[in-house]
This record gives sequence, C-alpha cells and structure tokens, in this order.
Amino acid sequence: MNILYFLIACSVLMALIFLGAFFWALKNGQHDDVHTPGIRILFDDEVETKESDKDHFSE
Amino acid sequence: MRDEKSTLTDLVCYHCGEAVSGIDLNFDDKHFCCVGCKSVYQILAENKMCNYYAYNDTPGQRLNESKHYEYLDEESIITQLIDYKDRNYTIVTFYIPAIHCSSCIWLLEHLYKINPAIYSSRIDFLKKEVTISYKHQEVSLRKVVEVLANIGYEPAISLQDVVKEKSSSVNKALILKIAIAGFCMGNVMLFSFPEYFGLSGIEQQFQYLFAWLNLAFSIPVTFYCGKEYFVSAITSLKHKHINLDTPLAIIIAVLFIRTALSALLNDGPGFADTLTGLVFLLLMGKWVKQRTYHHISFDRDYRSYFPIAITTLKEGKEKPVAINELKVGDRLWIRNGELVPADAILMKGDAWMNMSFVTGETEPQQKVLGEIIYAGGKQLGEAIEVEVVKLPSQSYLTGLWNKEHYQDNLKQNFNDSVAKYFSVAVFIIAFAAAGYWFFQADTNKAWAAFTAVIIVACPCVLALSTPFTLSAILSVFDQKGFYVKNTDAVEQLAHCNAIVFDKTGTLTSSENAKIYFTGVLNQEEEMLVVSLLHHSSHPLSRQILKSLTTGKFYPISKYKEIAGKGIRGVVNNRMVYAGSERILPFHITTNKQSGVHLVIDSTYKGCFVVEQEWRKDLQHLVSKLEKRFSLKVLSGDTNKDEKALRTIFEPTTDIRFEQSPRQKLEAITNQQSNGERVMMLGDGLNDAGALKQANFGIAITDNINNFTPGCDAILKGSSLNYLPKFYQLSKDGLKIIKISFAIAIAYNCIGLYYAVQGTLYPLVAAVLMPISTITIISFTTLATRFFARKNKLT
Repeated sequence: MNILYFLIACSVLMALIFLGAFFWALKNGQHDDVHTPGIRILFDDEVETKESDKDHFSE
Repeated sequence: MRDEKSTLTDLVCYHCGEAVSGIDLNFDDKHFCCVGCKSVYQILAENKMCNYYAYNDTPGQRLNESKHYEYLDEESIITQLIDYKDRNYTIVTFYIPAIHCSSCIWLLEHLYKINPAIYSSRIDFLKKEVTISYKHQEVSLRKVVEVLANIGYEPAISLQDVVKEKSSSVNKALILKIAIAGFCMGNVMLFSFPEYFGLSGIEQQFQYLFAWLNLAFSIPVTFYCGKEYFVSAITSLKHKHINLDTPLAIIIAVLFIRTALSALLNDGPGFADTLTGLVFLLLMGKWVKQRTYHHISFDRDYRSYFPIAITTLKEGKEKPVAINELKVGDRLWIRNGELVPADAILMKGDAWMNMSFVTGETEPQQKVLGEIIYAGGKQLGEAIEVEVVKLPSQSYLTGLWNKEHYQDNLKQNFNDSVAKYFSVAVFIIAFAAAGYWFFQADTNKAWAAFTAVIIVACPCVLALSTPFTLSAILSVFDQKGFYVKNTDAVEQLAHCNAIVFDKTGTLTSSENAKIYFTGVLNQEEEMLVVSLLHHSSHPLSRQILKSLTTGKFYPISKYKEIAGKGIRGVVNNRMVYAGSERILPFHITTNKQSGVHLVIDSTYKGCFVVEQEWRKDLQHLVSKLEKRFSLKVLSGDTNKDEKALRTIFEPTTDIRFEQSPRQKLEAITNQQSNGERVMMLGDGLNDAGALKQANFGIAITDNINNFTPGCDAILKGSSLNYLPKFYQLSKDGLKIIKISFAIAIAYNCIGLYYAVQGTLYPLVAAVLMPISTITIISFTTLATRFFARKNKLT
C-alpha cells in the first residue's frame, strides 16, 4: 500500500501542473476576448494569394 | 454625375443602407446616398476590400463631418494615447463606437491592405476596441486615425481615454482566486471520500496523511481566497456595523480552526471540504455579481465629452495643446462644432454657442466680446478666439462632478440589513448550545456544538441568492434594451418611489423629428430648394430633404456653405438662401422660431421648423407611472412645450422650465431630504449631476453607442414604455431573494438539529451545503424566469 504515497503525490503534482497552465493562460490574456475569435474564424481566405504570403497577424 | 436627373423611390445606399433620396450617386452599378458613402466604397474598391460588403448587407455607416486631427502630431499627446512604443513599432488601442458587425471586424483587421505600414490590427468586438500596431517611421498616428475616419470608423478620442481606468485586473484577480479555490476543493474532496466511506485497519495510516493534506489545501483557500472577507469584516466592525461578510468571515475562521485542530490532534475528519466548497461558492457568487457590459460605460463624466486637445494661438501661430496642459491666459482657437474646454472670455469673432451641455437650452446663444463662455459650449459658425480664465478641471460644468455635491445616500441592501439579525440569532443559539453542554460538564461537546452551530447556520445562501437572482434579472433587462450597471443598482430601482423626467431627449425623441414648413412653396420653388439642399451634408438638410417629395433637380452654381449659418447658391438663375437668420440677406422679423429659414431671390418664403416628437405612448406610460410614483419634470429648455406637457401629465404635476444643471441637482437633493427615493431619467450632460445624485439615475439614449453621462442604468429610448414592468420585476426580484432566504433557514434548521447536540459529522455539513446551494440557485433562476414571463418581459 505504500505505493499510494507515490500515487497521491503524482496526482497532486498533475493537478498543480494544470492549475499552472490555467494561470499561464489567464496571464496571457486568452480569456480577455472570447467573442471575436469565433467570428474571425468564419472569414474566408482571400482568393488572390499573391498578397497574403506575409502573415500580418502573427506577432 | 451631380446633375443627373432621376426619380428614385425604393433605392437604398449600397454602403449604409439608408434610402437614397434625391441624387443617386452611381458607381460600379451601385447606388450611394451621399458622397461620403461613395468615397468609402471607392477606397475599399481601390484596395480590393469589397469583401466588406459580402459578409453583411449595407454594413457601413454614414460619415460624419471630417474633423481636425492636427493634435495627433503632437508628441506629448501621442505618448498619452499609445500603449507601447519601441524603435520600430507603436501599439495603440482605440475605442470605435461604430463597430457593430462581422464586416467591421473583417475590414478593421485588414487595414494593412489600405496602408501596409499598419502592421496588424486586432478587434475586441464586445469592447468595440481595436488594437493597432504600426511602423511609426512610415506612418504617423494621425495618418492611422485618418485612415480609420476615412472608412467610417472614427475612433472616439476623448479626455477620458487618456485617463484609462483599467478594471479588468480586478476581475483577473477574482478568477485567479476562483481557480485556486476550485482546485483545492476538488483535491480536498478526493482526500475526504476515503474517510467518509470508512477506512479499514491497514488504511488507518492514511488518515493522518489525508488530514494534513486537507489542512495544506485549506491554507491558501482561507488566507488567500478568503482574505477579503476577513478584511471586510474587520473594517465593518471598526465602524460598529455588521455586514454580510462578518458572519462569513467567522464561519471561515471556525471551519479552519476545526480543520487544523483535527489534523493536529488526529481525531477524525475536519471540515476542509466544507471550507473549500464554501469559499469557492462565495467567490462564484461574487463573480456572477461582477458581470459587466463591455461596450457600455456607466462612469462617463465630462471628460468623455471633451476632446483631448485644443488649438491654441501662440504669437499668431496655431498649436494643438493637450487639455490637461492648458493654463489660465492661453488663447484658444475654437472652430465650428468644437467645444470650449474651459471657462473662457470671448476675445474675437462672432460666437454663437450651443450651450445645451451646460444648460439644456437648445437654441444657440450669441455672445458679445468680453463675455464669459462656460466650458461645454459648442461654437456654431466661424472660428472664434477665446482666453482661458479657469482651468478645465475647475470650470462651472466640471464643478458639478466634484464630490462635495453628493451626499452619500446610504445604499444599504437587503443582505446587509438581514446580516445583523442573522448573526445575532446564530450567536445566541451557539452560546445557548455551548452553555447547555458546559453545564452538563461536557466541555468537548460544548466546543463541538458551538462551532457546529456557526458552521451550519452559514448565510452563504444569502450571499449567493442575491447575485444569482439579480444577475438573472439583469439579463432579462438587457434583452429589452435596459442596461443596469450592477446588481446593487437593481435593488435601488426596486426602492424608488418618485420619478423625475428631463424633457428634451427623454420625453421627446431626438430621432423622429417632425418637419413642417411655415409658408407655402409651389412646385417650382420646391425644386429649387431640393436642388440646393442636395449639396449639403448637414443633418438638417437631409432631414428636410426626406420631407420633400420632388425628385428633380436643377444644376446649381455659386454654391456656398457657411458653417453654422447655412447654405446659399444660384439655382436656375435664382438666388436661394437656406439656414439660420444670420445667412439671410436682410433682416426678418419672425417669432423667434429656430429652424431653417428660406429666402428665394429676395422674398422670405418661410421656415422649416423641426419639432421634436414626443415619444410614443407617452400618455399611457405616464398614467401608469402616476399610480405608483410622484412625478416631476425638470427641463432646461424654455416653456414653449408647457401646454403639451400639461395634457400628458396630471394637472398637479410639478413641471419646471429653464432649470440649470445645478438647480436640477438641488431639486433632487430636496426631494431626497423629504424622504423620497428618486429615480431620474435624463439624457444630456446637463442632467449628469442630477443623474448622479438620484437614487437611481437612468440615461436615455436612442443609440446605445452614443455617449451617455454617468448613471446607474442606460435605457434605449424605444424601451421607455417597459419602465413600469422593469420596476415590477425588480420588486419581484427582492421577493425571490426573501423566499430563498426562507428556504435556506429551513435547511439550516435541519443542520441545527444535529449541531446543538454536538454531533454534527463533517459529512452532514459537506452534503447539506451543496444541496442547499443547488436548491437556491435553481429556485432563483426558475423564479426569475417565471416573474419575467408574468411581467411579459421575455
């Protein structure tokens, strides 16, 4: 049964990692605007590809 | 293209969707209502951005008159506006009220097509904000703003934007706390289950570990997540007053102490799961309460109406200066349509000031040289020169915002008033139970009973039912165009018993203006007028055009538009003047009606009078409200509408005219000192003081994107008739809260039964709390829906 000590530690550690991931997302502003990305994804790509080889959106 | 003759009936503008009346501007087989709309289309077509029109029909908005942006070249102003700047890039965020559809997002995120130096642009749709990064070596901030303005998305740059008040960080801290509390709650539950299900002999060794783990998880919950409850409880006790946070803080403390003791003494499960669950739910309640409307600001003051910069004259040269840097003695150059930002003396020029911000009076007033012009006056006509005598922050108008005018009208809500009695009752029961066991010489049980009573009698339901009920009501309201600032304000609404109305813009609608002509025009003359007015983009010209039916035009020559005065031109060899009295070639004697006067050749033909229309069903609304409220009308305007108002309101109603903003404010203070709780409905800056002083201030607007003064709620003009229903629903909301309180007490009685005996097992508490919470939340949601339907608001 001593293996339980190890497993409990693992489970707490895992949970802490997820909590940390959430903090990171929050700090990065992923939850600031939850509405616009939903609309943005519906825009069609431009037909002429000549101009859009530069990706203007990545920062 | 201009003198094209055609009769148009059902055409709508390809850009803005407004009916094309008069000249049909044709481009690319598309119809446009005005030059502005056409020019936007041309810009977009040139840059291959016609996708804008593909996502929505007529997504555009009519262009406003172009403004001066010279001040955006000033380094000191730029630094106030931008968010970030490095060697190559600058990032700036603008609030753009015109953002309203997916086409807007598409267009504004493809700004780089118009100007490649704009590197990226991102929209936050709900906040109506666009964040633009651009290469400042290739394009100036002024250019960026001009690009936006040219395509019809003029950013709102006001003094308040400079003083950015970031509120989102508060919200983030709360979410962080909720995340931690939720995380601890989940883990504690995991480690509490074995204990509740019973541990076999070999597993006993884990009991100790679980207890310590639970204690470890309770520490951040108590001291980080629950910290503000302790702070709030201590401050309220210092003021010798008990608020709802006081019993909550005591419960959190008791739960933590018992958990810590049972871990230290190793005597069975503690209350860690109840503790973490409680804090988690309380924070959730707080979060629900904090819901906000991103696109609406309730805290606007004079700064939103003031520009951030103004043109000054120094040694004969024009120089834009930030309002904050103005000094007494500065000479200002005020152009047509610009606001005087500080109390100033007129030095030069013909000043016709629209003082409606300051006084509510809509007729422009002429000022003579040397006269003081109060801040907030808007110049109509040629540019004038004024000298600042008082700083913007100390002017007559801004003085209304100074705190000294507002007595704290003690806003105590149901929760806090109940908390007092509740805490006292709980302590009496707790001490009685402890005393009983103490005399039975069972000190262990005395301690157990005392703490258990406090734990069980948790007012967490109170802390939850109020935000859940009221925020459900808020969402019912906002579907009907009534945006209330926060949940506390709903309670204030329910307590009102008097209503004060403003007249212009509140009882009348600014959008549906009726236009009639005082004289008579024959067919030929009407054509002359239509031909002339077509050339003007002034809103009045367009309104008059809509009322005229002729669709034929003459060519026009010698057209001239004099800002703030009117227009003139030679049509079909006849001289036509249209505008205010000041543009007419000779003096006329009228009964001082404001409107567009018309002179053809040298005969005075009459005047187009614009009359604001009363809102629909006003009579019906007033008669409904009269049954429950004492009504009053405070108007800043002259008493020209007194007769009409008297027919709408009861004869005994107090109706006052020519009220200054300060008089309005004082009238409300007087009513409040007579014990009345006043709801104020107003629209303009001149009502701002009164709106703030009133127990519940409602700003009425026909366009939710317009600026409204600081208030408790914003109401769409078209929803005014729902007002009695809104009031009724807020009252019902308080009823729901009271009923859920009763339900909570019933649950508490079950818990108390175990608690006073000192036999409350942690499992009972851990089960009882979530069950009562779920009951309450579902009850409040269902009940709110029921009442909303009953009041016909869904």
